[in-house]
Amino acid sequence: MLGGLKSIIVRDLRLSMRRRGDILNHLVFFVIVVTLFPLGVGAEPNLLRSMAPGIVWVAALLAAMLSLQRMFAADHADGSLEQMLISAHPLGVIVVGKIVAHWLLSGLPVTLLAPVVGVQFDLSQQALVVLTVSLLVGTPVLSLIGGVGAALTLGVRGGGVLLALLVLPLFIPVLIFGAGGVTEAQAGMSASPHLSLLGAFLAMSCVVAPWATSAALRVAYD
Amino acid sequence: MLLQASQLACERGDVRLFSGLEFALGEGELLLVQGPNGSGKTSLLRLVAGLSRPAAGTIRWRGEDIRELREGYARELLFVGHSNAVKEEFSADENLALSLEMGGRRASASARAEALERIGLARRARLPSRYLSQGQKRRVALARLCLASDYPLWILDEPFAALDTRALETVVSLVDGHLERGGAVILTTHQEVTIAARTRFSIVLEG
Repeated sequence: MLGGLKSIIVRDLRLSMRRRGDILNHLVFFVIVVTLFPLGVGAEPNLLRSMAPGIVWVAALLAAMLSLQRMFAADHADGSLEQMLISAHPLGVIVVGKIVAHWLLSGLPVTLLAPVVGVQFDLSQQALVVLTVSLLVGTPVLSLIGGVGAALTLGVRGGGVLLALLVLPLFIPVLIFGAGGVTEAQAGMSASPHLSLLGAFLAMSCVVAPWATSAALRVAYD
Repeated sequence: MLLQASQLACERGDVRLFSGLEFALGEGELLLVQGPNGSGKTSLLRLVAGLSRPAAGTIRWRGEDIRELREGYARELLFVGHSNAVKEEFSADENLALSLEMGGRRASASARAEALERIGLARRARLPSRYLSQGQKRRVALARLCLASDYPLWILDEPFAALDTRALETVVSLVDGHLERGGAVILTTHQEVTIAARTRFSIVLEG
């Protein structure tokens, strides 16, 4: 089972290395969106500090949205997904592999970039640490929930818009607790409750999302 | 008996493509599914592969319902569909290795090279598949057949499409060899091919 998981992750990572534009697109998008805000609202440090958690989190969320539709679309188009559905490995394992690969290519780079782009908002060191940790815990939830949306909208005309309508409302709790934790840290308070709730969302998503994604993929092919 | 379908019915939207379909397939037997475009040939193959659910009826593999067997059935099944499942970014060799991994198999580099040589892709084995023609991509998808002697059931949807005469003969000989070894094959084709099966039967879907 672990062999199947590893082979899917390695396959998707190798595929992305061969079309680097896919990875760079959403990273550049993330950096540009986060950078546009200080330019637009002016260089007032207090204003920037108070807006930073929300801006970085919304940008991370939108960057994840950009890559979500591709999670299954290319495999669906060339018939690879069909082979995955009748693979010797359980579909749930393949789905988990694809979600992990998606996170490694979208969530993790955004998480690593966040403290760098966060500096332009004059965030304290403590707030930057919490921002990174919140993204580290929260971005896998985006990939997990997004996977369900990507599977549900597979092959649907205008699937991109539908995907956004389906998953953005589900991202709201992640956004609230992710950005809320950074705001608390910025104010010198403990971010633990927010991070714990994010962790709970991650645990719940890990249990429900692969199963729901597998079911949605089977329905898409039925 | 390896495969048994009983009272099989298939619907696409409001259209009933076929109903009450029954067949059984044993070792060394070939089932040729024929019919005009849109008659349900691909739909039947997808039902048998377990990709979609029948509107009615059951499909049994060695006496057990394929919906319950799931991966247990998948491990014994090789399915080549209309789409080639070939990644343009990967070479023929990489695609072959990946498709084998999906089926829970591995093959050495030399075995893969031999398979690609047999299917006529030796000189293109390392080239990214985006540079291959449609027929060559089809050969990449079919190269699995050279390393698939341990899959008891082959389901091939239009395997000869886009192939030249030489590749077609190679694929026919692979199918022949599989049947001789006691494997079972279900295939659809619009082309006139001669497959030397001990037992062969046809289903003609009328749509």
